[in-house]
Amino acid sequence: MSAVAPSPHALDHTQPSMPEARGPFVNFSGRDQPEPALINTCVHCGLCLSTCPTYRETGLEMSSPRGRIYLMKAVSDGQMSMSSPTFQHQMSECLNCRACEAVCPSGVQYGAIVEASRAQIQRAKEEAGAGTGPIERQKGWVRLMRAAVFGRLFKSMGTFRAFSGMMRLYQRVGGQALVRKLRLARVVGMEEAEAMTPSFSPKFTVPKGQVFPSEGPKKHTVALLSGCIMSTAFAEVHDATIRVLQKNGCEVHLPAGQGCCGALHTHGGDLDGGRDLARTNVRAFEAADLAKFDAIVVNAAGCGSTLKEYGHLLHGDAAWAGRGEAFAKKIKDVHEFLAGIELNRADLKPLPVTVTYQEPCHLAHAQRITAAPRTVLNAIPQLKLVEMAESSLCCGSAGVYNLTQPEMASSLGARKVTNALATNAEIICTGNPGCALQLQNELRKKGRDVRVKYIVELLDASYRGVTA
Amino acid sequence: MNASALVSELRALVGERGVVVDPDALMTYNADGCVMDTHAPDVVVLPTTTEQIVAVVKLAAKHGIPLLARGAGTGLSGGATPVRGGIVLVTSRMEKVLEIDRRNNRARVQPGIINFELTAILKAQGYHFAADPSSQKACTVGGNIANNSGGPHCIKYGITGSHVLGVQMVLADGSIFWTNDGTPELPGYDLTGITVGSEGTFCVMTECWIKILPLPEATRVVMALFTDILPAAETVSQVIAGGFLPAALEVMDGGALKAVNDAYKMGIPPEADAALIIEVDGVEDGLDDLLAEIIAIAKEKGAIEVRPAKTPEEQVKVWAARKNAFGAMGRLAPTYHLVDTVVPRTKLPAIMRDVKRIAKETGLSIVNVFHAGDGNLHPIVLFDRTNADQSERAHRAVEEVMRLSLEYGGVISGEHGIGIEKQEFMSQLFTEADLAAMAAVHRALDPDDLFNPGKMFPRKFEANDLASERRRVAEAGAGLPALMAKHGDKLWV
Repeated sequence: MSAVAPSPHALDHTQPSMPEARGPFVNFSGRDQPEPALINTCVHCGLCLSTCPTYRETGLEMSSPRGRIYLMKAVSDGQMSMSSPTFQHQMSECLNCRACEAVCPSGVQYGAIVEASRAQIQRAKEEAGAGTGPIERQKGWVRLMRAAVFGRLFKSMGTFRAFSGMMRLYQRVGGQALVRKLRLARVVGMEEAEAMTPSFSPKFTVPKGQVFPSEGPKKHTVALLSGCIMSTAFAEVHDATIRVLQKNGCEVHLPAGQGCCGALHTHGGDLDGGRDLARTNVRAFEAADLAKFDAIVVNAAGCGSTLKEYGHLLHGDAAWAGRGEAFAKKIKDVHEFLAGIELNRADLKPLPVTVTYQEPCHLAHAQRITAAPRTVLNAIPQLKLVEMAESSLCCGSAGVYNLTQPEMASSLGARKVTNALATNAEIICTGNPGCALQLQNELRKKGRDVRVKYIVELLDASYRGVTA
Repeated sequence: MNASALVSELRALVGERGVVVDPDALMTYNADGCVMDTHAPDVVVLPTTTEQIVAVVKLAAKHGIPLLARGAGTGLSGGATPVRGGIVLVTSRMEKVLEIDRRNNRARVQPGIINFELTAILKAQGYHFAADPSSQKACTVGGNIANNSGGPHCIKYGITGSHVLGVQMVLADGSIFWTNDGTPELPGYDLTGITVGSEGTFCVMTECWIKILPLPEATRVVMALFTDILPAAETVSQVIAGGFLPAALEVMDGGALKAVNDAYKMGIPPEADAALIIEVDGVEDGLDDLLAEIIAIAKEKGAIEVRPAKTPEEQVKVWAARKNAFGAMGRLAPTYHLVDTVVPRTKLPAIMRDVKRIAKETGLSIVNVFHAGDGNLHPIVLFDRTNADQSERAHRAVEEVMRLSLEYGGVISGEHGIGIEKQEFMSQLFTEADLAAMAAVHRALDPDDLFNPGKMFPRKFEANDLASERRRVAEAGAGLPALMAKHGDKLWV
């Protein structure tokens, strides 16, 4: 590196002075490259910085959306190698919460380019030979883990339910209590993962074409996306969602053959895995006659955002692009759906609790839905909503982020729970499994007895006239 | 002193995590909101206390390493990018409100606090910090002071300088002092005044006393749409001549309207080719009457539609559209040059005509978003920087706007600062004697040209011996790279 003399012309737009990379370059290649046109939409204004959780925690430019886009641009322009540790770290440190996207005046599609960059890194790691190439070959156990989790566990709902059943058994017979007490998971380096295991519902939601009739005259025909973790760990949320929809004149269908939405895959660099799951879901809902549904209702924000983007995910596949787009058009977040119809307010009974709302990133930022959850919450008589500071700043959950970036996940979790507790609410409500688990985990660490609920659970309690 | 020893010393001062040395990471600091890339720093340091800043400054001074203070890097003139490498000191970890003193209408804050966060904290107590540049969502108060930033509301409330009572600063010798203890008036030299707008060229700010004002009781916002920008500009002059003092008078032309309409889905009719945002605030009583009189002027000048933003949410949306307008330019072209000149308000219609002519002559799109209330215009020249011919034409367009603004009796920067973007234009605005006086002040405060060197003054400025000195330093390529070359040290071993 040498000192570059200032350019002689005041308005000279010199190219960035890039550092020389060490070792041979590994460039973006093949399919799923971050599109230069998308990268170049960024005009470097920096208005995204303050909304970025990792920038707020670190104050570092490269940990900001603008900095990360700069890094992606450098790799895309062939001026930096994908083997750059900073590049790889930053692609992993990003939560993909997309808060930046929601505030970007230029409309940079940040999620799309960061997901493509992750897919590039992942493929390079898989294809790297053993030895001392510029990109380190993915460690054997990581490959096995990814194959088991991405390739098997989430691909077949049968396998997923069997695994969930085992986890429930582990929790029921006291295994979890023992592991947590003795901190056994620490020994195998899985403490973060263990802490995030949800407490599984006694009865799983198994979609096999069930139809739940509307209460009163039928006004809407909807389908429910049952998903993976929601159908096992949070099956009672599905039950609540179905009851709330029935109360609102919906006939609710649970089409058979549907499964995981693929969010973990697309966020984790396995775009092809995500595409497989997208096709499975599109096929399942088409078989149940997509046209007859007014909406496919989703009660998990992360899934909703991924499902709404099936059109983009499948856009390179001529046979599926149109089908993906048609499917995506039907997707409605449950709050979005309820706020969009004439909500049945007459049957809501008083629920005298103080709640605060933790906004899931993939609802507030990716789907830009911020008013609807508050609208339905405020419809509940005697419920008091107290807003927390930074309600839309990521809680640090972000899929497998707890495993890949435990330290950042933990500091963001603590920040979130501190803000939530400052409201003195009895219940923290949200609309996404990742957030729910992260909040529960942080509350447990703090030893605080504050409950975490989905908004639909509160609505359900209000309709049924039971305590939340 | 070799490079690795310097890094060790910095780490000892601010901790392992407060020092960035990886070249790929440093590269992200080579530009700010101005798209003129300069030079990556040799090291970035993120202090958390005033004491740490003092120590870092002393270290830099001892070894003659250039030091640049940077906030969020949202500035538009290249003020926060190091042209000669060296140390970039980032204030993003110093973001506390230290004291809110309502009885004296003032607050003491750290320089890295985000303008919008400060606003939110003050708002909860019924107050505000009146300086609200369009980048307020991300920019820092320290950066606002360094650039004397404006904002839509400066027509009524004044620019940042009107709201700064005093700053605590560290000079090159490591001495630390307050320019003022936060009292409204102080005899003697106005050192606060010198610091405001100094673009970090002679000190690092460590704390600031700012003025806080009670929130107005009521606010009204309307957007008046016109089929042409000229009647919008004429409305502005007429409103001012009528003795009104609105809180904001902001104009967007057709191109800008189109971009923000795409971004914010505002349902602007296609025949609208200019918008004037009018905000009035004050006591509730009579505010609507006042607004009605201003609207009558707009209609008389040819407004085709007047849209009131009734709810606070609607007002936020109108302001978001206006404040994010320049960022929305990414929707229109890959690169833009945002000009920031000021003309006397009465010359606005004339220069708007000129801008239209310049656009035609250069064959480029130029869109306009500006603080019409105080004559601060922001023509945005759209081009593709990878196209040499377009870049050349863009430069010509920008120079022409600058030249005309000066000809109309205006200045070359309203609020974005000089930085590297406009340093060569300083000699067109100021005489040699003016610049020599400024240089003398600079030399008195930063004799070794330690802070943010190579900025603000024209590069070839030789008005006095300081300039020669600055030039000598520039030509010697001082800074860490030179040091490293001298010592034959390897890069960050």
